[in-house]
Amino acid sequence: MCRCRNVHARDAAYCEAVTEREDFVSGVRDSLPTLPANVPFGFVVGVAALQAGFSGVQAVSMSVLVFGGASQLAAIELLQKGSPVLIVVLTAVVVNLRYTMYSAAIAPHFRRFSERWRLVCAQFVVDTTFALAVTEYERDEDTDRLAYYLGVSLAIYVSFVAGTAGGVLLGDRIPDGFQLEFAVPLLFLALLVPSIADEPTAVAAAVGGFVAVAAVGVPMNLGIIIAALSGVSAGFVVNHWRGSR
Amino acid sequence: MTPAAGLGSVRLWLVVVGAAAGSYVLRVSFITLFGRVDEVPPRVKTTLSLVPPAVLAALVVPELVLADGALALTLGNDRLVAGAVAAVVAWRTEDMLPTVVVGMAVLYALALVP
Repeated sequence: MCRCRNVHARDAAYCEAVTEREDFVSGVRDSLPTLPANVPFGFVVGVAALQAGFSGVQAVSMSVLVFGGASQLAAIELLQKGSPVLIVVLTAVVVNLRYTMYSAAIAPHFRRFSERWRLVCAQFVVDTTFALAVTEYERDEDTDRLAYYLGVSLAIYVSFVAGTAGGVLLGDRIPDGFQLEFAVPLLFLALLVPSIADEPTAVAAAVGGFVAVAAVGVPMNLGIIIAALSGVSAGFVVNHWRGSR
Repeated sequence: MTPAAGLGSVRLWLVVVGAAAGSYVLRVSFITLFGRVDEVPPRVKTTLSLVPPAVLAALVVPELVLADGALALTLGNDRLVAGAVAAVVAWRTEDMLPTVVVGMAVLYALALVP
């Protein structure tokens, strides 16, 4: 939508183009604070993939196509342990189950997009793009939804994929002492804490975390799947109790 | 390339393509459905809101409390201490950058302590 109120109708198209560009740029700018976590994240994924026997092309393709670092790391770890392909894929999908929630929450904002743009935008739904976009949409009604989202997505997608390429190229030259891989749980911690908003979400997190630790030795490495489903089920039960009280 | 290596490579591509396709279906689900249904039912919404905390906790907690596969709930576990401090920062700021920076800083600082 156009923010310049006092313009002639014939200038409106020009004005709208300017607004779109501004919103795209502010999307890129708002993403900058995520890069110190996002680039190492991509890097860690690249290094882990190579160590598990991926070629460089496969490692980068994985980040391009899956674009979900946590699911990639989980899949890589399971591949290294020799899990069946089906379990590996299923685990990756379960780790990314949270994107369904983001999809539902962001969908109303994408309503005016063409079907084609909606299909494109969906690929870039991750924790950070979702969090930034929804925050901005709620802050300012006039922000161009598509332009802002594309700015955020571009910055985060490119930096993650570039991070992976960096991991592929430089991986074994970064000393272990830097413990870069610890940036990953910290990134998720930063997302986990605000996701706990009430009793049911707190129970979901507590049970999910507890079961993940308890299920470390479970056959076929079904641990993450079991933990995630237990957490959601426990939260669901608590929700139900509260509802019927 | 040996046949075994070729087979291993096919296995990896299967994982890449399978995970990508599955993840895309999850991402596109409600975004594309929304053209057809008016409102996500509140019940579905509440249940979906349980997924991020359950999954994220399942990913984070083992990284903090396990050391070499064994439970390490002591102050000697640097990652647990750094994670606990980072959790407080995450709670106070709800901001990714300070959470990651403080967590890494604490981890590095603890590594210097003999």
